[in-house]
Amino acid sequence: MTGFATLLYKEVLRFWKVAFQTVAGPVLSALLYLVIFAQALGERVVVFDGVPFTAFLVPGLVMMSVLQNAFANSSSSLIQSKVTGNLVFVLLAPLSSAEFFAAYVLAAVVRGLAVGVGVLAVTMWFVELRLAAPLWALAFAFLGAALLGVLGLLAGLWAEKFDQIAAFQNFLVLPLTMLSGVFYSIHSLPPLWQQVSHFNPFFYMIDGFRYGFFGAADVAPAASLAVVAVSLALLSALALRLLAAGYKIRT
Amino acid sequence: MEKRYGALRALAGVSLAVEQGEFFGLLGPNGAGKTTLINIIAGLARADAGRVAVLGADVRQEYRRARRLLGVVPQELVFDPFFTVRETLQLQSGYFGLRANDAWIDEVMHHLDLTAKADANMRALSGGMKRRVLVAQALVHKPPVIVLDEPTAGVDVELRQELWQFVRRLNRDGHTVVLTTHYLEEAEEHCQRIAMLKAGCIVALDTTQNLLASLKGPHPADLEDVFLHLMQKH
Repeated sequence: MTGFATLLYKEVLRFWKVAFQTVAGPVLSALLYLVIFAQALGERVVVFDGVPFTAFLVPGLVMMSVLQNAFANSSSSLIQSKVTGNLVFVLLAPLSSAEFFAAYVLAAVVRGLAVGVGVLAVTMWFVELRLAAPLWALAFAFLGAALLGVLGLLAGLWAEKFDQIAAFQNFLVLPLTMLSGVFYSIHSLPPLWQQVSHFNPFFYMIDGFRYGFFGAADVAPAASLAVVAVSLALLSALALRLLAAGYKIRT
Repeated sequence: MEKRYGALRALAGVSLAVEQGEFFGLLGPNGAGKTTLINIIAGLARADAGRVAVLGADVRQEYRRARRLLGVVPQELVFDPFFTVRETLQLQSGYFGLRANDAWIDEVMHHLDLTAKADANMRALSGGMKRRVLVAQALVHKPPVIVLDEPTAGVDVELRQELWQFVRRLNRDGHTVVLTTHYLEEAEEHCQRIAMLKAGCIVALDTTQNLLASLKGPHPADLEDVFLHLMQKH
């Protein structure tokens, strides 16, 4: 195995060894959201024509889980290695910053997709779903997980303690996902908040992913994909630059 | 080499060459710049001025080659709590692109008396055992140059003796060894040449014999006498 493949394998093994916490827990949380929201709002909310609310909710929950867990993987792995000091073993190895970047981000994608598949698998017992455009769904899941993996990597590089990662997660990632249309279509919002939603990159990931299921979305999927791809490219460029400079990891 | 951390001058123009195959000691009080120097050699820190090469490989321009040539035992007792001893060593081999390295991993574990703990989680090991794993991790890729940053700090007598036996054997087999330690009798016993640092400057650089002979007195000097004399003088 190459150095890159080993680092990727290590990062995957790291979350897989504690899969109850990193995969099963988030799947159960998403299931609870579905049961509670569907029970409370099921009959009263109208979204797309002919789509029951529970069916509308599932892709949103899947994508929310993908995004949150991709972020959690790279950010928590990096901050743990920095705080405990074992990042030194990776820094001593003949790995380039691009290999370092790719291994952390791809492991985050694997964790995000593993949780996403888990959420989809358990919710399918409650809701009948079909994938109208599976390739769109896959593209948004992959790029969305990669984007959050890169964001987690940036947070992990910047943070010096666990508290700062928690702040990043609670004050940025969580509000942006919750307000991105997981639980509602933005067309049900007042015009001002519809406008505001368009500045939230998470909205495009959720909306595009949902298009993969229903063939309908608030924004054209190609436009959403462009927003996600450009955001991913910009954040990746920043992360690669910081890694090459040894920002907060090589003194 | 020069290195500053804010207002602190960690290295104020250090220049030295360690010969291939040498057992070299780097001594100095806390804060003298020993670890900074090692970190720059290992690529964990970057010099503000000057350059470092490991067997001809520049640590910045040719970092992949330089890091393959170098095995570093860090001073801090760090470990990854997710893995067993064997997994830790297999992963470290993999970072260096080595596949099917189990025969060498078994040999290193045998020499460091780690075989019985191969499948134990890193969290379950005592401090001394964790230190052995750190040494093993530095050796998985068979580096010709080995850097030991205070390898015997907080280690019991038995392990100290085993460790020196093993390191001396590696040195006899042709490995270059660079050692920092606060136990001056260890440096006196093992090192052929010694550099003494104080406040980021080299205050002495000579063979151990010459350093010992440099201090004239009624009794033969040991390295501690020489060290204290030089530190007070500079």
